[in-house]
Amino acid sequence: MGNIPRKIKDDVSLVICGSAGKGIQTVETILTQLLKRSGFHVFGTKEYMSRVRGGSNSTEIRVSSTSRPSLLDRINILVPLDKAALKHVQKRISENTLILADKEHFGPVDEKEAQGLIDFPFSQAASDIGGAIYANSIVAGLLAQLFGIDQEEMSLFLDQFFSEKKPEVIENNQKAAAKGYEIAQRIVEAEGIAIDIERHPHIAEDIFINGAEAVGIGAIAGGCNFLSSYPMSPSTGVLVFLSEQAEKFGIISEQAEDEISAVNMMLGAWYAGARAMVTTSGGGFALMEEGISLAGVMESPAVIHLAQRPGPGTGLPTRTAQGDLELALYSGHGDFPRIILAPGRLEEAVYLTRDAFHLAAKFQIPVFILTDQYFVDSYYNIPSLDFQSKNRENDIIETEDDYRRYRITENGISPRGVPGFGKGLVVTDSDEHDEAGHITEDLDMRVAMVDKRKRKLVDMKKAAFPPELVGTDNYDTLLIGWGSTYPVIREAWSLLGREDVAFLHFSQVHPLHPDTSAYLRQAKKRIVIEGNSDAQFASLLRRHTKQEIHQTILKYNGAQFSVEEMTTRLKETIDIKE
Amino acid sequence: MESNIFDMGKIDIAWCPGCGNFAILKALKAALAELEITPHNLVMVSGIGQAAKIPHYLRANVFNGLHGRALPPATAIKAVNPDLTVIAESGDGDMYGEGGNHLINTMRRNPDITNIVHNNMVYGLTKGQASPTSRMGFKTPVQVRGVAIEPFNPIALGIALDASFVARAFAGDFEQMKEILIKAISHHGYALVDILQPCVSFNKLNTYEWFKTHTYYLDNAHDPTDRTAAFGVALEENKMALGVIYQNSERACFETTTTVYEDNKGPFCNRKPNLEKLNDLITSKGR
Repeated sequence: MGNIPRKIKDDVSLVICGSAGKGIQTVETILTQLLKRSGFHVFGTKEYMSRVRGGSNSTEIRVSSTSRPSLLDRINILVPLDKAALKHVQKRISENTLILADKEHFGPVDEKEAQGLIDFPFSQAASDIGGAIYANSIVAGLLAQLFGIDQEEMSLFLDQFFSEKKPEVIENNQKAAAKGYEIAQRIVEAEGIAIDIERHPHIAEDIFINGAEAVGIGAIAGGCNFLSSYPMSPSTGVLVFLSEQAEKFGIISEQAEDEISAVNMMLGAWYAGARAMVTTSGGGFALMEEGISLAGVMESPAVIHLAQRPGPGTGLPTRTAQGDLELALYSGHGDFPRIILAPGRLEEAVYLTRDAFHLAAKFQIPVFILTDQYFVDSYYNIPSLDFQSKNRENDIIETEDDYRRYRITENGISPRGVPGFGKGLVVTDSDEHDEAGHITEDLDMRVAMVDKRKRKLVDMKKAAFPPELVGTDNYDTLLIGWGSTYPVIREAWSLLGREDVAFLHFSQVHPLHPDTSAYLRQAKKRIVIEGNSDAQFASLLRRHTKQEIHQTILKYNGAQFSVEEMTTRLKETIDIKE
Repeated sequence: MESNIFDMGKIDIAWCPGCGNFAILKALKAALAELEITPHNLVMVSGIGQAAKIPHYLRANVFNGLHGRALPPATAIKAVNPDLTVIAESGDGDMYGEGGNHLINTMRRNPDITNIVHNNMVYGLTKGQASPTSRMGFKTPVQVRGVAIEPFNPIALGIALDASFVARAFAGDFEQMKEILIKAISHHGYALVDILQPCVSFNKLNTYEWFKTHTYYLDNAHDPTDRTAAFGVALEENKMALGVIYQNSERACFETTTTVYEDNKGPFCNRKPNLEKLNDLITSKGR
């Protein structure tokens, strides 16, 4: 026991693990809100099973002096709510892990398991207060005490948090939290635990959201006023968030009978003048593909939030992956332009989702926001956001008598009218059509229309978001990532401390920014890092830049890269000789 | 209003000579003119098939989408701009086969749209295969031993789902067809008009003569608000009833169940996000 480091500085990985439906979420919400209010940088992420009750789910809460929003393998403090939890996170437990467990509640444990367990008798204490439900506030109280959160602060928070409950329930939760503090004091004294993390009072004012909320906020900022979707993990968070906000922001939110209906509703909504989106995941998106193709030929704006999870088929419904890049890129039959965005940070998700609506409206094309389970379920504190600078432009014209929806133009963009606004008629067709929008089999017109649609790519490339270079310009080795891996690659890169290595993050993966080739050309060695087994982005880069990708670091077990794993694999890969 | 306001002038129409589609087009124009609906206020939504080409043959706003998928965009268009008259029109294969799930759920949703289905009991554009409404035993190049599954009964389905307006018309009777269309378009809520129509090229069984002898008009004794009686009519086997078979005017329309017009009556195309409220929301996310 004496070997466990009792003093933890700057960066704590706390894991709470238990079965589904047993209140991990409550402990997590109370604790993370309190930590953030107290001025700590807080990051949270969870992994969970595709079931409503039982099993083992875990939440990692990372509390740090500087912003570190990425997954760790290491656990400094583990609170296993049941015995199965210990097994579930076994690989992550080391001799440095403090394990706070209710020994009596656990029942008999073998000698090996018992090692390092610090008794935290919350079950009996909870039933003394009034029932098992109060264990949540006891656990929250204990952890709050470990992080040095003022007990009065916690008490005020609980009053607010449980304000809609009966007075008796509020009182019992207060008692429970106080009990947690009491037990914690005992443990801290007996074990000599000390956590030392710098606080920054301004963090209390930070925004505290997860990836799904970031996408939802971005959608509202982009003028989204119509959402049609079919629930599917892990994309449902956006559907829920925007449905909650629908009344306040004038959004029609409809749960469609299937994804096919959802995507076709979205296109009808854009046609009539709305700004519409769908949120979906791999299998659901596969059903939408014909609708994407319809958007292509109709030159309809479309915004698709595609939250990736491991396929093929049903795959691992609640896990993460970056396996649908090529699905999005090639979805829909026929040739037509599209944009694919892949935010790596929460701010990026907000701004890119907003911009997705502007870009879709401007170029009259489908725009994808590619996230994944890890991204939408992870949250952390970010500084304030600015929306004033970029609002909806008047992208819809009042039509004249002779309005032609598909007027051939130099840049390929035909002014977009909507029915009932102006003197013209708005005719849009899934068949190849003439300038007026009516069905045609004139093969010259067909070529003119394909070329017109394609011409948009010139301006689309000019409008592409550039990749972000992390590190110096004088790199020999370039690490390349896209989407949700940004924080973890960045942290692992900084741990490497090598000046000859830089990291290039892409938040737009199609069409690629014109500078992409130059960034790649400068490197002697290029390493692409992504969450799929086919190295999909590496293929895209090879094709686009005609340059070799020397190594790939791939992961496809359903979990995000951890910082430790990324660091190890970078070290292994960077110095491999060709 | 004259129905020629909807005329397209000289255009090439892809229908076969003698096709029932011509009569349906004419009746629709006449019904719209009688209701004083202007082309600018009308959106014709369709899928794919010979019937689904109808929006190209009358002056209107048009959303000619995917096979089987006319109802979801029609629902959305009406929700986004309730001032528009929205008609979703396609054939039996499109609406009853490919789009079956949307049919069921649009009946449940009850948007204020009219759903006209050209029902010729055969696939025309793909050259003569069975449609969902083909009769048992009907032989085709694919169903070589004759259709072996029960025909789809859209009328019974509509009544079972409490679709708010369910009617059947016959393309061989212009006046009655027009009257039924007028009632359907005037109805507040989802209105299904199944129009029996011969296919002169691929259906040698269900001809004008066949429809005449296998249909009858409901008389005044039929009460369309009596759901049980209507269901009985829908299940009749020897002769198919024509007219308004079922109507429920009590149901709320989909677009009135949203809150988007409570504070802002303006059209969606001019709306901008409320950034002030958004900032409040974000601040609340800091707590």
